Amino acid sequence: MTALRALAVLALLFAAAGCSSVEPWVKPYERENLADPIMAWDRDPVSSSYMRHVYEAREGARGGGGAAGGGCGCN
Amino acid sequence: MQLTRAAALLLLLPATALAGVLPEDRADLMYHYYDGGGVTIDGPSLLVRKKFAEKYAVSANYYVDMVSSASIDVITTASPYSEERTQYGVGFEYLRGKVTYSASFSNSTENDYTADTASFSIAQDMFGDLTTVALLFSIGKDDVTRRGDPVFADEIDRRIYGVDVTQVATKNLVLGFSFETIAEEGFLNNPYRQVRYVDPVDPRGYAYEFERYPRTRTGNAFALRGRWYLPYRAALQGDYRFYNDTWEIVSHTAEVSYTHPLGERLTFDVHYRFYKQDAAEFYSDLFPRENFQNFLARDKELASLTSHTLGFGVAWEFRSPLEFFDKTSVNFKYDRILFRYDDFRDLRTTGVAPGTEPLYEFDANVVRLFVSGWF
Amino acid sequence: MTAIQKLPATALAALLACLTLSGASGAGAPGAAPEFRLANRAGGEMTLSGLRGQVVMINFWASWCGPCRQEFPALDQIYAKYKPMGFTLVAINVESEKSDAERFLGQQKVSFPILFDPDNQVSGSYGVRAMPTTVLVDRQGRLRWSHMAYKPGDEAKYIEQVRAALREQP
Repeated sequence: MTALRALAVLALLFAAAGCSSVEPWVKPYERENLADPIMAWDRDPVSSSYMRHVYEAREGARGGGGAAGGGCGCN
Repeated sequence: MQLTRAAALLLLLPATALAGVLPEDRADLMYHYYDGGGVTIDGPSLLVRKKFAEKYAVSANYYVDMVSSASIDVITTASPYSEERTQYGVGFEYLRGKVTYSASFSNSTENDYTADTASFSIAQDMFGDLTTVALLFSIGKDDVTRRGDPVFADEIDRRIYGVDVTQVATKNLVLGFSFETIAEEGFLNNPYRQVRYVDPVDPRGYAYEFERYPRTRTGNAFALRGRWYLPYRAALQGDYRFYNDTWEIVSHTAEVSYTHPLGERLTFDVHYRFYKQDAAEFYSDLFPRENFQNFLARDKELASLTSHTLGFGVAWEFRSPLEFFDKTSVNFKYDRILFRYDDFRDLRTTGVAPGTEPLYEFDANVVRLFVSGWF
Repeated sequence: MTAIQKLPATALAALLACLTLSGASGAGAPGAAPEFRLANRAGGEMTLSGLRGQVVMINFWASWCGPCRQEFPALDQIYAKYKPMGFTLVAINVESEKSDAERFLGQQKVSFPILFDPDNQVSGSYGVRAMPTTVLVDRQGRLRWSHMAYKPGDEAKYIEQVRAALREQP
C-alpha cells in the first residue's frame, strides 16, 4: 500500500500548498481560450453520465471519471 | 439487475465545478436509446440545476430505463423479460471563496434491486487558480432480491474514495489526473446467473450451476486526461484510465475526442474509445467439472474482452422562442460500440463440442437526443 | 482502517485548514498607480495622468468572464451616480481581440469609458491576479484599494471606497 501512502502525502501537499501563494504562469487575464465553452471537460453532463452508465454496466472497470476545474478561473 | 449496480456506482456528481464560479443554470431533457446484444433500453432523463446568489446551487435528476431484454444470457438460460428502472437524484453545492462543497443523493429502484447512494466532495482552487484539487467520498447501500423468491434478500455496502486534480498547463492546455478506489462488500453477483461445466451425461455436453462470487471487491482506477485548445478554435482531448481490482481484473481504457464548432451555432464532436480487459481470476466460460473451485463466474462483464466505440455528436444552439430561456440547444449523439469477447462463447450455436462454440461478439447502437435550455 | 481509508480524512482536514476567502480586498501602503496609455473605444487614447484630480476606479474585465459581465450594470450605476462629484470609472478589456468584447457591449450598453489592453501590459503592471479586478486610485494618482473577483453585493464595497475617496481633501 506504499503507493497509497504516497498518494496521501501528495494530497496533503496539495492541500498545504493552497496556503502559500505561487505566481501563476498563466495569468488570470490570459485564460480566454480556457474559458471557451468548448474547453469544458464535460459540456453535457446529462449525456456523459448516461454513457458512463452504459459502459459500467457492461465492462468490469469502474470509476476514474471525475473532472473539476479549468475554465475561466474567475473569482 | 446488472443495470442498477452500475447505476449505483454512477455517483450523481454535480456538474463539473469551475474555478470560483458555479456552473450556469440549466435544464436538459434527454431521450436515451440503447440497442445491442438482444437488449433494448430506452427512456428519458431530466436534469435541472439552479444557483442562488452565486453561492448555492441545487440540481435534480430523474431518469428511467425501460428494458426489454433477450440478451445472450437470458436466451440461453432463461426467457426474455422486460422491466423498468427509475432513478431520482438531488444535489447541493455551496461555493465559498475558492472552495466548493457538494453533496448529492440518489435512489434507483427496479423490481428486484434498490440502490441508495450519498456522495460528498470538496474542491479547492489553488496556485493562482491553475490547480483544482477535489476529494470525493461516496457511500452506497444496495438491496438485492430475487423475482419469484420471497425468501432471498441480501445487500451490498459500497464506499468510494477519490482524488481529482485539474491543472492548467498552458494558455491552451488543461491536464487532469484522478484516482478512485471502490470498495464493495456483500452480494456482488447476480441471483439469476449461472456458470457451466463439462458434463458428459448432459446431451449438450455441459450443465449449469449457480455462480459463486467473493463477498468483497476492491478496485482502483487511475486516469489521466488532457484537453488542448487548437488555434483555429477547436478542442482535442485524450483520456487514459488504468483499472485493477481484487478479482484480478485489469483493464485499459483510452479515448480520443475532437470538438469542432462551426460558425456561431453548430458544434460537432467525434470520438473513438478503446477498452481492453483481462478476465477475473475466477471467471471461466466452461469449468472442467461441477463445483470446480470456491468462486465461479461466467458473467461476460468479467470476461476477457475488447470494446471499440466510434461516435459523433451535433449540437445546434439557438435563441429560444420561450422568453424564460436565454439560450437553447438541440443535440444529437450517436455511438456504435463493438464488443468482442476472448473467452466468452456464444451458446446459441449448438451441436458442437462444449468449449468450441464461436466466441461471442455484438455491436450496439447508442443514441442520445436532448434539448438543453440555459436560464 | 487501511491507509486508503485514512487518506481522505487527513487530506480533508488539511484542505479545510486552507480555506481562503474570495473577494479579497486590500489596502496596501499607498503607492503611485502605474501609468497607462490605452486606446479608447470611443476614439483616441486615455492616460491615467490625464485623469489626475479625479477619483478613478479601474475595472479589469473580459467578455469571457462571467462575473465581469455580471457586474457591469452595477458599475454603470456607480459611474452615473458619482461622476458629477469628480469620479470616473474606466473598464480595461484584457482580451487579445476586440470582437467578443464588442459583441457583448452591443448588448450591454454602458456609459463609462472602455479601454483596450490587448497585449496585457497594463494588466501585468497592475499585478492583476483575478478576473475581474477592481482598483481605486485617489485624486493624487495613488493606488488606494483593490478588490479581486465579484459576487453580487460587492458593489456596496465599491461604493463605500468611492465615497471615502471623494470625501478626502484634494
